[in-house]
Amino acid sequence: MTPAVRTALFGGASIWLLGLIAALAVIVPAMNLLMPPDSAFHLSAFAVTLIGKYLCYALLALSVDLIWGYCGILSLCHGAFFGLGGYAMGMYLMREIGDRGVYGNPDLPDFMVFLNWKELPWYWYGFDNFGFAMLMAVVAPGLLALVFGALAFRSRVTGVYFSIITQALTFALMLAFFRNDMGFGGNNGMTDFKDILGFSVQSDGTRCAIFVITAIMLAAGFLVCRAVVHSKLGKILISIRDAESRTRFVGYRVEHYKLFVWVLSACIAGVAGALYVPQVGIINPSEFEPANSIEAVIAVAVGGRGTLVGGIIGGVLVNAVKTFFTGTLPDFWLFALGAMFILVTLFLPKGVIGLFKKTGGIGVKLPGLGKLASGAAKEAKP
Amino acid sequence: MSPEPIGGVETSAILYLDGVTVSFDGFKALNALSLVIEPGEMRAIIGPNGAGKTTMMDVITGKTRPQHGQVQFAGKHDLTQLDEAMIANLGIGRKFQKPTVFENHTVEDNLYIALKEDRTVFSVLFAKRSPAQAKRLDELLEITRLGPHRDILAAKLSHGQKQWLEIGMLLAQDPQILLVDEPVAGMTDAETAETARLLREINKTRTVIVVEHDMTFVRDLGVKVTVLHEGSVLAEGSLDHVSADNRVIEVYLGR
Ligand SMILES: Nc1ncnc2c1ncn2[C@@H]1O[C@H](COP(=O)(O)OP(=O)(O)O)[C@@H](O)[C@H]1O
Ligand SMILES: [Mg+2]
Repeated sequence: MTPAVRTALFGGASIWLLGLIAALAVIVPAMNLLMPPDSAFHLSAFAVTLIGKYLCYALLALSVDLIWGYCGILSLCHGAFFGLGGYAMGMYLMREIGDRGVYGNPDLPDFMVFLNWKELPWYWYGFDNFGFAMLMAVVAPGLLALVFGALAFRSRVTGVYFSIITQALTFALMLAFFRNDMGFGGNNGMTDFKDILGFSVQSDGTRCAIFVITAIMLAAGFLVCRAVVHSKLGKILISIRDAESRTRFVGYRVEHYKLFVWVLSACIAGVAGALYVPQVGIINPSEFEPANSIEAVIAVAVGGRGTLVGGIIGGVLVNAVKTFFTGTLPDFWLFALGAMFILVTLFLPKGVIGLFKKTGGIGVKLPGLGKLASGAAKEAKP
Repeated sequence: MSPEPIGGVETSAILYLDGVTVSFDGFKALNALSLVIEPGEMRAIIGPNGAGKTTMMDVITGKTRPQHGQVQFAGKHDLTQLDEAMIANLGIGRKFQKPTVFENHTVEDNLYIALKEDRTVFSVLFAKRSPAQAKRLDELLEITRLGPHRDILAAKLSHGQKQWLEIGMLLAQDPQILLVDEPVAGMTDAETAETARLLREINKTRTVIVVEHDMTFVRDLGVKVTVLHEGSVLAEGSLDHVSADNRVIEVYLGR
């Protein structure tokens, strides 16, 4: 370990970030549970959930930053991995409703009764078990990423071509989940959740517990990503990002490395989705909308691509701005998003984090977007 | 790809190319090229621009698949069937014409990445730098005279230093054979002489193939020369021998 790496590992922004997350995990629930509702320091349940949502988006942005910032893979389907994690949680929450649904059917979720289904489809088996459902929240996106990535990376699909097929993937999933006969609730998705592990999802205590768990998972995700990018493998990822073909000639099987980090990233996005659903109380196919994946990418660009802290900051920041716009000027949100992206690309190529850090850690000197695309086009030629 | 067995040829050669043809849209960059390199040899390959020198290296390192011909390594590996990473791990290292080092890594990390070691994903994920590796890195920094620059980003090196770093990375891979494409292009005279020293030093333990235009440099190396022209071998022998060849003179002077 060189001294430079050691500082990156233990010093600076990482400590600040972890401290901030820990502080949030204590202060936010305390302000909600301990302060009387009429106190100026009281935080409403709505606010707790809103901040919790931001942390979920931060975890999603972190996962995008891991592959895009460090390995140069621009994914436009991380919203889909997020959505799959969310559906796994949603399925568990639907099973938890039991016979308290509108139709009072103890064996089937309401939407299946409505469709006149007689029995639970096989792929719903096990989702009444919380542990199994949480495993699936990681395994389902991980498996999809594994199959998709194995095919794409082996055929050496890179750059914009790769991004375009990821976009097609999330679009295809959206169409599939819209169908009622898929058995995931069609365009209504899943909602009206009652409780989680026996605790009411509406109660302040549960909301605060989920918030704390979200904060812990964000910190854990950050630590995992940090361990990866500071390992020797992390150096190989950067080598692949900057000079893929050269990395092959040094003897590294580039496709294996890409596949590893791609699957890891999809699993993290799945965890973010699973944490998101009980807080917003609904999961439906709109989570697969291509715009969601693009939003996550822009969040990373805004925060600072190629620094993990930057990814997290971007995830929170972009979604906080989104809350503001959807509340006041909903029609302008997409323009604002586009404007943020353009402004950051032009004036803050290292993102918001670049304002604080003079040396960008190990993520310095990234190719601009134009170069990224043209370089990709050049490389993709067989 | 025809899974043609490569038996039949009994050879002591470390690298054996026979009848190798590569065409790009009908244009033959390599035309029935044959070349035999013995273990421990240093060979200089010269030839005008577009003669196919770089393409030959592409074929040997698995970047380009030949349409015809055999490419055999150490008498037992058919290189036309393997990919870049496999070929690199067999012990064939390559330095590119344009220096390509990993600019966002420090000089030391560039060498560390190249060090010969298990390259499967999970062993790399948990890799720890051993004392033996640290010692080897010191040696490599010494050989390439980059010791004072070990902690700076490779992007900050001068052109000549990048070339040496790349040669150092090659050595770190501990290859049996090094393919070096135009190492002294753009170097000062002093750097050129230094590079010749470095290659001769390396050749004490390894086979080296050098592609170069610079005749002073080639004379400096003092090794057997192969002249390529339009994708095949035009002449072979000592530098004096080939430069006396009329066809070689014509190719070089009649350009
Ligand atoms: N990928 C390619 N596609 C088309 N033509 C190529 C390609 N690579 C090389 N060539 C052509 O093959 C010939 C040999 O090129 P090269 O091996 O680079 O020559 P040298 O290294 O001897 O200067 C040149 O005419 C070059 O234009
Ligand atoms: Mg060349």
